[in-house]
Amino acid sequence: MQLIDSRDIMASPEVVWAALLNPEVLKDCVPGCESMTGSAEDGFEAVVAQKVGPVSARFTGLVKLSDLDIGKGLTISGEGKGGPAGYAKGGAKVTLEPIEGGTRLSYEVEANVGGKIAQLGSRIIDSFAKKMADTFFERFQTAVEGPAEAEEGTDETQKKGWFKRLIS
Amino acid sequence: MPKDHGIGASVKRREDIRFLTGQGRYTADINLHKQGYAYFARSEMAHATINKIDTTAASAMPGVLAIMTGADFAAMGGNPAGWYINSRDGATMKEPKRPVLAHGKVRHVGDAYAIVVAETLEQAKDAAAAIDADFTELPAIVDMAKAVANPAHRVHDEIDNNVCFDWGWIEDNRAAVDAAFAAAPHVTTLELVNNRLVPNAMEPRASIGDYDAGTGDYKLYTTSQNPHLSRLLIAAFVMGIPENKLTVIAPDVGGGFGSKIYHYGEEAAVLAASKALRRPVKWVAERSESFLSDAHGRDHVTTIQLALDKDGTFLALRTETMANVGAYLSNFATVTPTFLHGTLMAGPYKTPLVYVNVKAVFTNTAPVDAYRGAGRPEATYSIERVIDKAADELGLDKVEIRRKNFITTDMFPYTTPVGLVYDTGNYQATLEKMIELGDLAGFEKRAAASKAKGKLRGLGLSTWIEACGIAPSHLVGVLGARVGLFDAATVRVNATGSISVMTGAHSHGQGHETVFAQIVAERLGIAESAVEIVHGDTSKIPFGMGSYGSRSLAVAGSAMVKAVDKIIAKGKKIAAHMLEAAEGDIEFADGKFSVAGTDKAKTFGEIAFSAYVPHNYPLETLEPGLEETSFYDPANFTYPAGAYACEVEVDPATGQVEVASFTCADDFGNVMNPMIVEGQVHGGVGQGIGQALLENTIYDENGQLLSASYMDYAMPRAEDVPFYTVDHSCVTECTHNPLGVKGCGEAGAIGSPPAVVNAVIDALQRGGYKHVTHIDMPVSPSRVWAAINA
Repeated sequence: MQLIDSRDIMASPEVVWAALLNPEVLKDCVPGCESMTGSAEDGFEAVVAQKVGPVSARFTGLVKLSDLDIGKGLTISGEGKGGPAGYAKGGAKVTLEPIEGGTRLSYEVEANVGGKIAQLGSRIIDSFAKKMADTFFERFQTAVEGPAEAEEGTDETQKKGWFKRLIS
Repeated sequence: MPKDHGIGASVKRREDIRFLTGQGRYTADINLHKQGYAYFARSEMAHATINKIDTTAASAMPGVLAIMTGADFAAMGGNPAGWYINSRDGATMKEPKRPVLAHGKVRHVGDAYAIVVAETLEQAKDAAAAIDADFTELPAIVDMAKAVANPAHRVHDEIDNNVCFDWGWIEDNRAAVDAAFAAAPHVTTLELVNNRLVPNAMEPRASIGDYDAGTGDYKLYTTSQNPHLSRLLIAAFVMGIPENKLTVIAPDVGGGFGSKIYHYGEEAAVLAASKALRRPVKWVAERSESFLSDAHGRDHVTTIQLALDKDGTFLALRTETMANVGAYLSNFATVTPTFLHGTLMAGPYKTPLVYVNVKAVFTNTAPVDAYRGAGRPEATYSIERVIDKAADELGLDKVEIRRKNFITTDMFPYTTPVGLVYDTGNYQATLEKMIELGDLAGFEKRAAASKAKGKLRGLGLSTWIEACGIAPSHLVGVLGARVGLFDAATVRVNATGSISVMTGAHSHGQGHETVFAQIVAERLGIAESAVEIVHGDTSKIPFGMGSYGSRSLAVAGSAMVKAVDKIIAKGKKIAAHMLEAAEGDIEFADGKFSVAGTDKAKTFGEIAFSAYVPHNYPLETLEPGLEETSFYDPANFTYPAGAYACEVEVDPATGQVEVASFTCADDFGNVMNPMIVEGQVHGGVGQGIGQALLENTIYDENGQLLSASYMDYAMPRAEDVPFYTVDHSCVTECTHNPLGVKGCGEAGAIGSPPAVVNAVIDALQRGGYKHVTHIDMPVSPSRVWAAINA
């Protein structure tokens, strides 16, 4: 399956870029991620637990970053083995462009599954992948710029996302 | 009053008592002392290079007894295809080795690459998950058109364009057929898909290997329609062990529909594992494994053309088909789309010129092989659909166009342009019977009633023929078969008069134990309860080629009749001795041997007892014992035929199709047990309705099987089928077998899909949707709705 979408994030491309390369951010944003270790240069080892329709699985795999165009875009690709549940692999081509007040993050996601997940969960896999991607970028946006529902009048520090706080 | 026993009586099935009370004994019910449990590690990728299979960690897991991989079987032979098919240019077909377990590459999702044996099934599964297997995924070849067009991507490295063969039938007729098309006043063209089906036998496959280290004997319990063939293939081709050291036992088998004809790698794997462990090894497939690894059915993409005169007279027919054979050639994979398909393209019609072209294509999908009807449903569907389309184009009546082109009763024996000789038939009779029973005259009235409910009613016809009673060995030999297709029976009269009949046919639900006993008992004039049918054990039965192709009665039943005749002949010798009369003066009737013209007689029981207590036999001329074996090889195929009418109601708002009625008038030759025949037709038509409306096997572009469970693979349920009207009173007796029988097992599945689809198209045409001339199966609501709204 393929899906294409974009989000406007209220942070500069430099901040968004740094967040994309940060394993802690990725760990927090990947739904069901139990651990994420490694580095942007060598790739990240990830453990992700998910339930796809009738199939529950803990995927272990490698996430790699490639086509790095600093501050402008990159490709995230990963492949996870879920044991008897099968496997999942996919990638997202991410591009960043500055917009007024922040950054437009556009993504093209491609995801494939194999084995039991494909056999038993094919009806729901597209909506599952869409939800995974939506949740990821939703959380990413929150991590970078802070909760959208942050009330007026709260001070600047609180309004920032935790990542932004960390680096500001 | 109808007969209550013997030939022609609807005797209740004796085997049902054990089946319905949970006392059937299937392979999974058999447990052997110290057996280990096997689980197969199967590929999750459709196509990949195997870089490494490291079993070190998995082997150290609790309870694990052995793990064997493709490398352990690399020295064994391949599982062969049963028929050689030559391409149009004379080249022999491509037959890549089909190993016991995948080695070097995996070629479809579900391709097994390791067998894990452990003390418990759970331990075996856990260990299978712990195997460290490293694969490099290769592009999956799924779509046949792409497989043929892209030489860079190969299922088997040595096979260009993934083509197994490019077959023309009959190649010498091609030019004449093309010339007839060029000159024809009207040509109807139709492109259609014969949808891929999963056989879905109720009992999944299962095998137990049991090696006896003391004697060196192997025993295999397995879910087979064809235990002797499995023994032959395992012994002579795959494992290289003497046939006398291997016994194959197929106990009760819960359905097959073709999928259990074949030898599968799992059978050799459990035998080899048992030898390695010196313990029995048992494997029972899970339903998911059945979906992934049973041989699938159908999967043809066809362009068919019919050339006609303006009055509807058929002038010529030609087809181009791509037939998917999957990743490896299963045992009947090459004959199913060729000789079981191309030779049927004349149907019951006197079309003078026919040419059939079939390309068999390898893909990264499960093997495809014979499935109930095997090639003949594909042929019938193509012919009957194109006839309806032609009738619509020419504005002709769909009954009339068929009647006009039928082979008539004065034309038998009839030599078709595709290589068969129909011995007998009466297609007009079954057509008229169908018209009467289906009340075709009342259709318009029913259509009006449907219209009042907002539904579109359609009437679909199918007048079908098949070649079954597989098969005359001399003919199939000419056509490329590597085996003969005779069958055998031993009739053993025991000393106390009871009878054991050993047959090479294998019942997997058909009711052989009942019907064969009816025949033997009637022929010998004794009670059916005295006759026991023994099947499914190669150590007890002389030989056999199993049950498929509607052959059990026509071929194995004929062998049984021949053996019974020999018993009667021997009985006459014994009677002549006991009654002090000449052998030629002994008559046999109603279970008694008597001297002609006298009241001197001996009962069958007295003769049997004497045969085993031969105190005063003249030993030079009369041997003790009463047991006879016959091998029967049919002189020709048998040609059952029939006429089916299906009425559907289509909801134009939703595209939902409901089968309102289904009428079958069949000619099966003589009928041994009408109840069982009726059941076979019900089952076959039910499967055909499943193919037409519900069932579909979907691989995505990566070769992942998406319809791999009953959540996504729609099987017909009771609510999807109507009450059937079934008739088999139109009888033309088969001219070349002793019972005059033709076979009925596949008929329903052959004749019904085109009747259903023709009915849907008819409904839409009548409803004013003139642009809808075809919808591919399964004719699902979404497809109907899309066609209506196109």
